[in-house]
Amino acid sequence: MRDRILLATRKGLLDFAKRGNTWVIAGQSFLGQPVSAVLRDPDNAFLYAALNLGHFGVKLHRSKDDGNSWEEIACPSYTGIATDSEEKANLQLIWILERDHQGHLWAGTIPGGLFKSTDNGDTWQLNEFLWHNPARKEWFGGGYDSPGIHSICIDPKRAGYMALAISCGGVWLSEDYGETWRPSTKGMVADYLPPEQADNPNQQDPHRLVQCPGEPDHFWVQHHNGIFYSKDRCATWTRVYAPPSSFGFAVVVHPKNPEQAWFVPGVKDEYRYPVDCRFCVTHTADGGRSFIAQTSGLPQQESFDLVYRHALDIDSSGDRLVMASTTGNMWLSENGGTDWSCVSNYLPPVYAVRFV
Amino acid sequence: MPFIVCTSHLRDVGPLQLEPVAGRTVREALQDAAQRYPRLLNYILDDQGDVRKHIAIFVDGTLQARDSVLEREVGEKDEIYVLQALSGG
Repeated sequence: MRDRILLATRKGLLDFAKRGNTWVIAGQSFLGQPVSAVLRDPDNAFLYAALNLGHFGVKLHRSKDDGNSWEEIACPSYTGIATDSEEKANLQLIWILERDHQGHLWAGTIPGGLFKSTDNGDTWQLNEFLWHNPARKEWFGGGYDSPGIHSICIDPKRAGYMALAISCGGVWLSEDYGETWRPSTKGMVADYLPPEQADNPNQQDPHRLVQCPGEPDHFWVQHHNGIFYSKDRCATWTRVYAPPSSFGFAVVVHPKNPEQAWFVPGVKDEYRYPVDCRFCVTHTADGGRSFIAQTSGLPQQESFDLVYRHALDIDSSGDRLVMASTTGNMWLSENGGTDWSCVSNYLPPVYAVRFV
Repeated sequence: MPFIVCTSHLRDVGPLQLEPVAGRTVREALQDAAQRYPRLLNYILDDQGDVRKHIAIFVDGTLQARDSVLEREVGEKDEIYVLQALSGG
């Protein structure tokens, strides 16, 4: 079990620790500043926090002492990056930070650039293949003005295999450490497109992509138009249905059992509050053939909670889950979501939670 | 020699009191200030070197157009104020 959780919130980075049977805020950084993404490198214990300072732009900070002190480091930058159009690319958001087995850092950004750092964030390089791919012209923003990369999956078993997801730009695969990429969305459907374009791989809107660590051929996607499951490393996708709603943003998969996954549904698609204001997590244990709505410990009336795409996490045991909402509520489960307990009702809007 | 001062929101990255800077334009003045405040430009300018959308720069009490302010010539005693639009939540 992981006894530490980092929360990226609108008002700073919160560091939760388990003390006895209670979870407490053991540390806080960047108080008052929006933190869009956070990462802890398990090898050197470095922490990375991406800030979105609005008027003053996006910043990236690193801590070499596990959060006691921070230094501002280089940000992924579009300075000098050529585009094929009149567009002027500017970094708008660091949406996701991940680390691969070589110790390299990866940053997914809005407006759609993938960046890599081989020196713990001192410098960043744009992935030219993806940026200059003609398909990028078809990408578009989903919720933001520009497209963005929000999910980067590092294959736990096959060196160099990666997958990423873009809103709205589909799912992409690499087998060469990110040097080249190809889309892989067969079976996905986008109801928001003209019918003849509904399967266009470059305009799918996966809200979140996750890969089963123990069975890495298995992926789940919470898509704008529902839930999709792949057993063949994204070659084909099957749509499944989870009452009371298959719309949402967050998804996690069990670390060992790929047929177990959790989602946090909302009313589609512009309303985004719990169905009937009754908050639940939907869980499948059979690869999406059936779902159970988990409600124990969750508000069943007057709930307006929305859980963003990075605000649900599962630890390596597969039993402990945590989630936090845009209305500042945070819940934790010790038994795979069968029962939830409230950790706090007083948080800022939460962008991301992460067991570390 | 012109002077530059920043909003208190930039307290960690720029001067909060009027400081003399070298330069014939706002751009040169900012670049000179950046010698002493290396993080400053990244907070004021975007990736393309343009003034960020919600940054306001005044010269001698007059708000300057964002798309031309960097080339605005500054005189010996001109005061450059770097401010921001107010918003939040």
